[in-house]
Amino acid sequence: MTTTVTAGRTAGGREGAFADAVRDEASLRRFLHGLPGVDHVGVERRAATLATRSIKKESKLQALDMAVSMIDLTTLEGADTPGKVRSLCAQARRPDPDHPDVPSVAAVCVYPDLAGVAVEALKGSGVAVAAVATAFPSGRSSRAVKLADTALAVEAGATEIDMVIDRGAFLTGRYGAVFDEIVAVKEACGSAHLKVILETGELAGYDDVRRASWLALLAGADVIKTSTGKVSPAATLPVVQVMLQAVRDWHRATGEHRGVKAAGGIRTAKDAIRHLVAVNEVAGPAWLTPELFRFGASSLLGDLLRQRRTQLEGHYTDRDHIGGA
Amino acid sequence: MMTWEYAPAPESAALANLKPAYRPFVDGEFVDGGGEPLKTLNPATEEALAEVGTASPEDVDRAVAAARRAYEQVWGPMPGAERAKYLFRIARVVAERARELAVLETLDNGKPIRESRDVDVPTASAHLFHHAGWADKLGYAGLGPDPRPVGVVGAVIPWNFPLLMAAWKIGPALACGNTIVLKPAETTPLTALVLAEIAADAGLPPGVLNVLPGAGDVGAAVVGHDGLDKVAFTGSTDVGKEIQRRLAGTGRRLTLELGGKAANIVYDDAPLDQAVDGVVDGIFFNQGHVCCAGSRLLVQESIEHEFMELLRARIETLRVGDPLDKNTDVGAINSRPQLDRIVDLAAAGDAEGATRWTSSCPLPERGLFFPPTVFSGVEQTMRVAREEIFGPVLSVLTFRTPDEAIAKANNTPYGLSAGIWTEKGSKALWTAQRVRAGVVWTNTFNRFDPTAPFGGYRESGFGREGGRVGLEAYLEA
Repeated sequence: MTTTVTAGRTAGGREGAFADAVRDEASLRRFLHGLPGVDHVGVERRAATLATRSIKKESKLQALDMAVSMIDLTTLEGADTPGKVRSLCAQARRPDPDHPDVPSVAAVCVYPDLAGVAVEALKGSGVAVAAVATAFPSGRSSRAVKLADTALAVEAGATEIDMVIDRGAFLTGRYGAVFDEIVAVKEACGSAHLKVILETGELAGYDDVRRASWLALLAGADVIKTSTGKVSPAATLPVVQVMLQAVRDWHRATGEHRGVKAAGGIRTAKDAIRHLVAVNEVAGPAWLTPELFRFGASSLLGDLLRQRRTQLEGHYTDRDHIGGA
Repeated sequence: MMTWEYAPAPESAALANLKPAYRPFVDGEFVDGGGEPLKTLNPATEEALAEVGTASPEDVDRAVAAARRAYEQVWGPMPGAERAKYLFRIARVVAERARELAVLETLDNGKPIRESRDVDVPTASAHLFHHAGWADKLGYAGLGPDPRPVGVVGAVIPWNFPLLMAAWKIGPALACGNTIVLKPAETTPLTALVLAEIAADAGLPPGVLNVLPGAGDVGAAVVGHDGLDKVAFTGSTDVGKEIQRRLAGTGRRLTLELGGKAANIVYDDAPLDQAVDGVVDGIFFNQGHVCCAGSRLLVQESIEHEFMELLRARIETLRVGDPLDKNTDVGAINSRPQLDRIVDLAAAGDAEGATRWTSSCPLPERGLFFPPTVFSGVEQTMRVAREEIFGPVLSVLTFRTPDEAIAKANNTPYGLSAGIWTEKGSKALWTAQRVRAGVVWTNTFNRFDPTAPFGGYRESGFGREGGRVGLEAYLEA
C-alpha cells in the first residue's frame, strides 16, 4: 500500500490526541483496527431494550417537538424542481400552520443546484440549508468533481454539506484515501458544517460502522451520518447506537462535541422517539439538540405532526389536514 | 441543553386480578391450611397485598399422601403423550395469562415489569412447553430405553423468580411422570398459587400438583417428609447444606441449586460497550437477586480505567423505582431482611477498605430500594468478594494475565456461573475450560433457555435443570 495520508497529518484539523493515528496509512489502519469490536448480538439486544422505553404524555409531546426541530427536511429526487423546493421550505418554516407553536425544522436538504432556491426561500427563518455534494449518492467520481460539487453548494449559500464517503476505497482498506477526501471536502466547505455519510448499509457490519465513524471524526467531520436514504438498510437503531458511542468516545478523548444524523428509513414518530431514547441513554442528554442530532427524513414530519395533534386533540388527524410538501 | 424526562408509564395493577386471600392447593382443591396465615407484601410500598393461608404439618402429610395416590393410580401409569396434553395446556394458559402473571409477579416480588413481562413469564412458559414435549419421548433422552419416574417430588423454591422456579420444578417433574409438592417462598407465594389454579383449570388430576405456602418450617416439613422419593431445592447455600445433612442416608434423591459469586471476566480485547451492557445485565438484572448474577467483575488492568468510566456512565442511565413503571430498570428489594443484609455487606465493603461508588439516581421515598452500587479496589480477601450479597452490588477486581483471571475466578467456594468477554474465540474457549462453573456465558450473560442445562459446582450445589440432562434428576434410569 503506497497511499499516504497527505492532508495536514492532523486529526480533526488539530494536533493532539490522535496525531499519531493519522500519521500514515499504516498507523491509520492500526488505529482503526485497534478500536474495540462491536458484538452484534449484544448491540442488537441493547437496541431492542431501548426500543421498549415507554414515552407517553408530556415526555412524548416534548419528544415530538424535539424531533421536529431536529429534522433535515429532505428532497433528493431527479425530478426536484424549484417549485418543489420552495414548497418544502415553506413547510420547514412553519410545519403545522394551525399550530404556530410547532418549532421549525433544523434544515432543508437538497441537491447542490437547488441550494440557491432554498437559501432564497428560507431567508430570515433560521432554518439552515443543507446540500448533498461529492457525487451523491454513489460518490463515484473524481476528487475534482466532488470538490467542484461541494464548491457549487457552498457558493449557493448552503451552510451544511452532506458528503458521501468513497465506500469502495473504505471496503478495500484504503483508509488514507477516504481520510484525505474528507479532509479536502472539509476544506472546501469553508465555514459550512460537514456531515459525512457513511452509508452503513454498504459497510460490512458494526465493526466497519465504528471504524468508518472514527475515520470521519479523525478527518474533521462535524456530524457523522448513517445513510444517503438510497440504500437499505439505512438508519437502524443498532447502527445509530454504534455511531452515538463513537461521538461519545470522541468527546471523552477530546472534549469536543460532534454530532450524529440518522437518515433513511425513519418514517414514524415512534421510530424517531426510539432514536431519541438512544441519544439520551447512549451518548447522553447533551446530544439532545439539533446541533448534535438530526433526522434526515422526508415523510417523518407528517407523522410527527399528526401524533402531536393526537396528543393534544385525542384523535389521529388525516393527512389532508396538515400542510404536506 | 434540553432536558427530557420520561413521564411515568405504569402498568395497571388491576391486571393482576389480586384477590384478598389465597389458600394452599392440596389434592386438586384450594383448602384452608392449618398454619398461621401470612401477609404477603408489595416490597415497593411495604403494603400488604393479600393474606395467604399456610400449611400445617398435617397439611404436608395430606399433600404428600395425595401426591402418592395420584402418582400410583393416575399420573405414573398414564402414557407420556397424555401427560403432555396437560402440560401443553398449562404452558398455553401461562402464555395467555402472561400479562396478569407478570403484573402479579411484579407486585409480589418487586422486580421491574419489564423483566417479569419480557423474561420471567415467557421463560416459564417456554420451560413448560419444552418439558411437555419430552413427556412422550423419555425413551430417547439417552437415559436408557425405558426410564421410569422416581415418584413423589418435594420442591422448595426461592423468592427471586417465583413463577419461573415453579415452572422449572413442575415442568420436568410432571413430564417424567412424577407428582409434586411445591413450597413457594414465604414472601412470594402468589404466582405459584395462580399456577395451581391454571393447572386445576387445565383438568390436571387431583394430587398431581400440590402447592403449600409457608415459611421455613413448612419447607423443612416438606423436604424432611419420609413419603418423598426426591427433593429439589433452590435457595441459599446454608439451607441447602442443612437439607443435605437431613437427607443423608435416607436414600432419597436430592438436587440443590444454591448460591453463587460469579466472575465476569473482561479481557482487554473485549467488545467494550457490549461488555459494559453485559456486566450491567449480569449484576443489576432483578436487582441482583440472581444466584448466577455476575457479582464479581474481573477486568484486565490495561483497560480498567476506560472500562470503569464507561460502566459508571452506563449505570447512571439505569432507572430505579416503581417496579410497575415500564421504564424502570431496577425495582425493589424483595424484603426488609434482604435489604438489611445488603446494607450490612456493603458496610463491610467500606470497613474493609474497598471504594464504594453509587449511582446518583433518585430512589423512591418509600418501599425497599437499594441504589446500584459498585465497589472498586476489591481484594480477594474481602467479604464483598467472597460472600453472596444477592443485591445490586458489584465488586470489581483486576487481573493482569489470563492465568491470573482464572485463578481469581475460581477462588470462591461457589461455582454456578461465569462470564467471559473477548473477541477471540480461542481465548474464550481456553478460559471456559478452566473456569469451574456450571454455566459459562461468552459475550453475553444471564441468558436462559429450557434446552440448556443449568446447575453448579461446589457450594453452588449439584444436579442440573433444563435440557436433556435435567430430566435425569426426575427419572429412574
